[in-house]
Amino acid sequence: MYDTRNAERDVTQNEIKMSARKCQVFYGDKQAIIDVDIDVEDKMVTAFIGPSGCGKSTFLRVLNRMNDTIPIARVEGAITLDGEDIYDPRVDPVQLRARVGMVFQKPNPFPKSIYDNVAYGPRIHGLATGKAEMDAIVEKSLRRAALWDEVKDRLQEPGTGLSGGQQQRLCIARAVATEPEVLLMDEPCSALDPIATSQVEELIDELRESYSVVIVTHSMQQAARVSQKTAFFHLGYLVEYGETGQIFTNPRDERTESYISGRIG
Amino acid sequence: MPVLWIVLIVFAAAAIGYAVARNRALASAGGNARGLHSLPSYYGWNAVLMVVAPSMLVLAAWLIVAPVVIGWSVAADLPNRDAMRSGDVSLAMSDIGKLAQCLTVGVREGAIPPEVARGASLEGTDIRETCADLGIALGSDVTRETLTSAQAYRAKTATSALAMGIAVLALAALGFGYAAMRSNKDFRARNVVERGVLVLLVMAASIAILTTIGIVLSLIFNTVAFFRLYPAAEFFFSPTWNPSFGGGSTLGILPLLWGTLYISLIALVVAVPIGLFTAIYLSEYAGPRLRAVAKPAIEVLAGIPTIVYGLFALLTVGPMLMAVFGRDGIGWMQEASSVMTAGLVMGIMLIPFVSSLSDDIINAVPQSLRDGSLALGATPSETVRQVILRAALPGIVGAILLAASRAIGETMIVVLGAGAAARLSLNPFEAMTTVTAKIVSQLTGDDDFASPEVLVAFALGTTLFVITLCMNVGALYIVRKYREQYE
Ligand SMILES: Nc1ncnc2c1ncn2[C@@H]1O[C@H](COP(=O)(O)OP(=O)(O)OP(=O)(O)O)[C@@H](O)[C@H]1O
Ligand SMILES: [Mg+2]
Repeated sequence: MYDTRNAERDVTQNEIKMSARKCQVFYGDKQAIIDVDIDVEDKMVTAFIGPSGCGKSTFLRVLNRMNDTIPIARVEGAITLDGEDIYDPRVDPVQLRARVGMVFQKPNPFPKSIYDNVAYGPRIHGLATGKAEMDAIVEKSLRRAALWDEVKDRLQEPGTGLSGGQQQRLCIARAVATEPEVLLMDEPCSALDPIATSQVEELIDELRESYSVVIVTHSMQQAARVSQKTAFFHLGYLVEYGETGQIFTNPRDERTESYISGRIG
Repeated sequence: MPVLWIVLIVFAAAAIGYAVARNRALASAGGNARGLHSLPSYYGWNAVLMVVAPSMLVLAAWLIVAPVVIGWSVAADLPNRDAMRSGDVSLAMSDIGKLAQCLTVGVREGAIPPEVARGASLEGTDIRETCADLGIALGSDVTRETLTSAQAYRAKTATSALAMGIAVLALAALGFGYAAMRSNKDFRARNVVERGVLVLLVMAASIAILTTIGIVLSLIFNTVAFFRLYPAAEFFFSPTWNPSFGGGSTLGILPLLWGTLYISLIALVVAVPIGLFTAIYLSEYAGPRLRAVAKPAIEVLAGIPTIVYGLFALLTVGPMLMAVFGRDGIGWMQEASSVMTAGLVMGIMLIPFVSSLSDDIINAVPQSLRDGSLALGATPSETVRQVILRAALPGIVGAILLAASRAIGETMIVVLGAGAAARLSLNPFEAMTTVTAKIVSQLTGDDDFASPEVLVAFALGTTLFVITLCMNVGALYIVRKYREQYE
């Protein structure tokens, strides 16, 4: 039923990169995430699936503290990155976000040139000394996002002038340029055509070499194609979490089964 | 017949026309609204249009044109018309107009016997004094000829008013009949009303445009008149401003322009950073509760009349500056009025403009850009500097230029805070004055309207207008350039 090209994925247990224990998120009085326990492994792609409004984006934002920017949001529980509590008062959310990058559902290039968009993060974090090094970072990031060939002659043109799919790949390049350890992607392909989607999927597969990637998606096929582990969320609960092959072929929970076979959504 | 009555009658007729046309249309469809081409109310509105539009147009045109025509015809009959200069004719005509008005008012109040007003006799009354008692000041004593002309003026005005009443009411009646006659079920009333609405909108727009053109033309004509009397080169390049109302004045715009720009510059140096930082704080950092209080509080500043700011400059800021920079302090300042005083106060006045405009613009920057920047590990202030201000720049430039236009056009604060001396100096603690302040003082003099000392006000106004126009065009250009680049 699903393309399980990655079915013979290496199932050797990787190191745990991020983990959550008893995570709760409240928007005001309303609870959006309830008792979520999860371990996100290093050098793997983890997919979050589930019906709309179940809290996937909310939980994704827990992982890089982007919920801090929503005044009414409140997070409880223990969330760790490499064993350190990221909600510890001593942790600087700004530094955390440099280590845990994020790509959003809608492409959001800055009103700057393509070059400056990609160089934004490295500049802020002082990753390059000198122009040559920065040029190298920009080129490498654009190549990884499969955008270099299309834009190499127009790096000084505004990033907002690209097509939607190109913009999204620019945003991915921008996120990759800061060399994060974890990359969070919230429905990165929802604005893309099938060709750009498969380019991004290839990219995600490559990124797995060096990073841990978490991707939210509404496409079962995409989850099956790119991820090694899948988490199914429903009404704020993490219902089932396991290897992608097992989730799609042999789900343990009947809610998971009805969702992937299209009965709830 | 008084104009008010004519208007009331026309509108009453329109109201009746609405009902009549609507009912006739309904009746023609046998009382069934579905049989009509348009909704019943459209037939009514069609009647209203037919009654009101032509008659009111004629009324307006008549009110504008008639006094001019009457004035011409009376002036043409002036006894020694050929011997008079144009200035004398306009003086005489102004007296005749005032006398005619005085006669009308006088008869109504019983101060002047009707025979005097109608007849030829001047005997036994001092008309000039009576008029003065009625609050109408005549320029010179009333002569026989003036009285005759004024009586002719009154007679013609009365005839014209009567003719106008008849014409307007007749048109309204015609419109009424025409609309009522056409109101049957096949008449496309909706389309007619639609076109009527279009015409109405176009007219409203053209009134705005025509008025602007009129104002600009009057500026230009008077400016040209000024340059006939006074050399343009001296106006633009002479470094002294020294009007003397006996003639022989030097009217160089440079010191005034310098004062204007200097004061505006200081005002902007105060207002732009404070206003912009306020806006950034309120929109990016402040919580919703603080914002709800602070934003209106700042906008109250914008509601303070400029004369109050002027008083503030005169009574508070000037003396404060004097205490520091005056004779008892550093000694740079001779008097409380100075460029610095006016500039500081004007800057305070502009803060709410800059801040509330920028605040709206910054808030319009999409949240996704903020999220994108924060998610890359940027701090809030890096996000503001590198992303938000970048995205909001065109709007902010527009806001600053708007503030600059206001600064350049401001008068009251200058009059009270900057002094009245036209001076070319770099010292910001010296008194200077601006173009607008001098326009006021040139026009409020008791001088002959045709002298260069008065007409110079128009040349000053035109110069100011050209400067602000260039600034607005420049702002538009900048804004458009950035829009193209980033949208
Ligand atoms: N800023 C917010 N303020 C208040 N409630 C919010 C906010 N963001 C999300 N929510 C609520 O939290 C719940 C989870 O939302 P979330 O965006 O995480 O869902 P999602 O799984 O990402 O859905 P989708 O697939 O449609 O993106 C929803 O009920 C939503 O209404
Ligand atoms: Mg979502």
